[in-house]
Amino acid sequence: MNLLGEFALWTALLVAGWSAILAFATRGPARDRAAASVRQAPHAIALCLWVAAVSFWKALFSHDFSVEYVYSYSSRNLPDYFLFAAFWAGQKGSLLFWALVLATFASIAQLVTSRRYHDLLPAVAGVTSVVTGFFVLVMLVGGANPFERLPFVPPDGRGLNPQLQNPGMVIHPPMLYLGYIGMTIPFAFAVAALMARRLDSGWIHAIRRWSLVSWLFLSVGITIGMWWAYVELGWGGYWAWDPVENASLLPWLTLTAFLHSVMVQEKRGMLKRWNLSLVIGSFLLAIFGTFLTRSGVIASVHSFTQSNVGYFFLGFLLVAGVLCYTLLYTRWPSLEPEATLDSLASREAAFLFNNLVLLGIAFSVLWGTLFPILSEAVRGTKISVGPPFFNRVNVPLGLLLLLLTGIGPLIAWRRASAANLSRQFTGPVVAGLVVALGLLLAGLRDGYALAALAIAGFVTGTVAQEFIRGVRARGRLYQEPALVALGRLIARNRRRYGGYLVHLAIVVYFVAFAGGAFKVAKEATLRVGEAIEIDSPFGHRYRLTHLGVSQYQSLNRRVSAATLEVRQDGVRVGTIKSEKRQHVDSFGQPTFQPSTEVGIRSNLREDLYVVFAGTVDGTERGSFAVTVHPLVWWVWAGGVLLVVGGLVTMWPGGPEMAPRARPAPTRVEPEGVAV
Amino acid sequence: MMIGRRAWLAAMGVGQPEDTSTTGAADPLQRPDWVDGRRRVVSEYQNDPLVVGVERRLRCTCPCGLDIFTCRTTDFTCTYSPALHDEVVALVREGKTADEIIAAFVAKHGESILLAPKATGFGVLGYALPGAAILTVGGLLAWVLVRRAKLRAQAPVQVENPATPRAAPVLSDRERDQVERALRDLEA
Repeated sequence: MNLLGEFALWTALLVAGWSAILAFATRGPARDRAAASVRQAPHAIALCLWVAAVSFWKALFSHDFSVEYVYSYSSRNLPDYFLFAAFWAGQKGSLLFWALVLATFASIAQLVTSRRYHDLLPAVAGVTSVVTGFFVLVMLVGGANPFERLPFVPPDGRGLNPQLQNPGMVIHPPMLYLGYIGMTIPFAFAVAALMARRLDSGWIHAIRRWSLVSWLFLSVGITIGMWWAYVELGWGGYWAWDPVENASLLPWLTLTAFLHSVMVQEKRGMLKRWNLSLVIGSFLLAIFGTFLTRSGVIASVHSFTQSNVGYFFLGFLLVAGVLCYTLLYTRWPSLEPEATLDSLASREAAFLFNNLVLLGIAFSVLWGTLFPILSEAVRGTKISVGPPFFNRVNVPLGLLLLLLTGIGPLIAWRRASAANLSRQFTGPVVAGLVVALGLLLAGLRDGYALAALAIAGFVTGTVAQEFIRGVRARGRLYQEPALVALGRLIARNRRRYGGYLVHLAIVVYFVAFAGGAFKVAKEATLRVGEAIEIDSPFGHRYRLTHLGVSQYQSLNRRVSAATLEVRQDGVRVGTIKSEKRQHVDSFGQPTFQPSTEVGIRSNLREDLYVVFAGTVDGTERGSFAVTVHPLVWWVWAGGVLLVVGGLVTMWPGGPEMAPRARPAPTRVEPEGVAV
Repeated sequence: MMIGRRAWLAAMGVGQPEDTSTTGAADPLQRPDWVDGRRRVVSEYQNDPLVVGVERRLRCTCPCGLDIFTCRTTDFTCTYSPALHDEVVALVREGKTADEIIAAFVAKHGESILLAPKATGFGVLGYALPGAAILTVGGLLAWVLVRRAKLRAQAPVQVENPATPRAAPVLSDRERDQVERALRDLEA
């Protein structure tokens, strides 16, 4: 099977190369026949990569330790679901996974794209083949062959890193990859449209769902990554502004900007150049993230082992960037806007400023991530850029973005009158002020948290107002009961109301982030029966009593579990357990350093988070770090709401926002702002 | 009579441990080699707000990239963060302030010990550039839009030519609102 897998990879590379040549180098009468052939290539590449993937999974499940990757990332006593997930645990496997998903997406794109855009599909196939081929090339000649053999067969593997032995490992990386990889399809359509000079808004419609799918997967991947970091890494937080975390945020930000600005193009024929730039930029940022993760250029706890593949990605990034933006430049005159911005008080302007802030945040994150390298290059001094920097720069921008989340959807297109602004925003502004006043009276004095919660109140007001007005309108028109009206309102306007749900999810995220400002932490060493007390920001007091340490063997690890009884203001609310785990191979030999499993008691208000650090002098006397982390539950709730909103928005069957025929200008207008 | 699981466990004395807070038992573990049994007893300094505050501003010198406090309370295999913690504690015992401790760390370990660059010299660029870029672009955008609106206001009013199609009537704000409301209801 290993030989078959490797053979399949070489075949995929050949087909991808052939497809790229046919797509971009064929001229004259042969072009039509070549186009038909090129369109079949993604299916052939996908088939080859599925053969390779199945061969790879077969090697993992059959414990074929002659394969270097299987030896390095699995062991005989690794549970099956982690054997399955070990596929993407390491550099080589994750590259194969990238190529596999990309080839599958490319194949699906060829099958499901509407007939209206079939003329773009050969070029789309060409672009996706180039990208897939590049990944396969990196595997085969970049020293990342997943089927690489060892000169001997070890009796057991080294096992999977304990921190990767978590359900999050099964879900988080694939979600993130699906998000990253999904961006290749909109990118391919954008390049195809540029090449074919089909620069109306048609290609936008062809990629709308792909963009949403990609954005949704990326959102889910980031959120599950936060959950994984929170429950597995044990530092009591979910976002550390690590370079690799930042790398996943960058394309999310630009794609979010695109999903907003594309509406301006659909509605008014504006921002064409901007939208193409964003699609290309998002793809390049996805590749940049891959480069950061795999090159070792910046130290990160998330990155793969340093290897040469980084150079390949850097080269690809530069070449793709130069080619794509040159292509865009050559089509610049054909991308004139069909309308101009009429007023600063308009939805177009709000979306434009929303894009500005999103791009501003993306720039500041990129800037902060690369600043250590820049500083070293300029001053010869290496510096660190961590959470204090990112929080100082990005929190104000994030609040501005949250404010625009409320303004954008309600303000009128073209030009909002004073009456329109008053009608739309009086209620939400009052809601925001009431929240601010309530919190001030309750004693909240943290400026950023107060601003975040007040703006959250404003945005929630805008969303609630939209739902209430919609339901009332349906009630008036069709005499429907409120719940029926609400259901039909959403079902008939999925894009609009799904978007509102996503905005609500963003509000929930910000509320949860604001809670982070009130985290409290304490450490203690406790004998059995001794207790530690910690005050919650909500005013009550926890008392945790050490009940003892139990030790047992489980699956592929030896567990020492410390249990603490939890009392809240003197009332027993249960127990909490944190573990130290020593993973072992099938011969009972330790495989990694001891790892920690945190204990969490979660409710709507706060999480009680306990880390068992270890014991003193080999006795049950244990050291513990206890944290009370307010509003963490809402981060995950925001994630769920975001998924629901995203699914509503992209669910098939809803009315599409078709580009409207714009009448010729009826009055003399000065030259507009070409955006 | 039915008895619940919790009630049954409580009756059996499970889950309702006797108050042992005065016993201070420290029984040896069955398998001390299974767990990191060399933890130090937590000192009062580990919860000291000054120590914790300083540690949150300093980076651990191991490759984790975390601050000293987070690293020492997370990565229990790290040998750097406990040593750095001891350095902080020693300086606190000497009566140094937070800024003095930070300065002492920078003098000893270099600027890379800081979790964020100093807002002086080249570091200013780090903080200022993102905001300056956004303000510049946003300001330019707003300026162009305002200028454009002025130009439009000064533009000559088109003289109606009977030979050309009649221009669409310009709506008043009130009429525009009425149309928007009607459209909104229609969409709903």
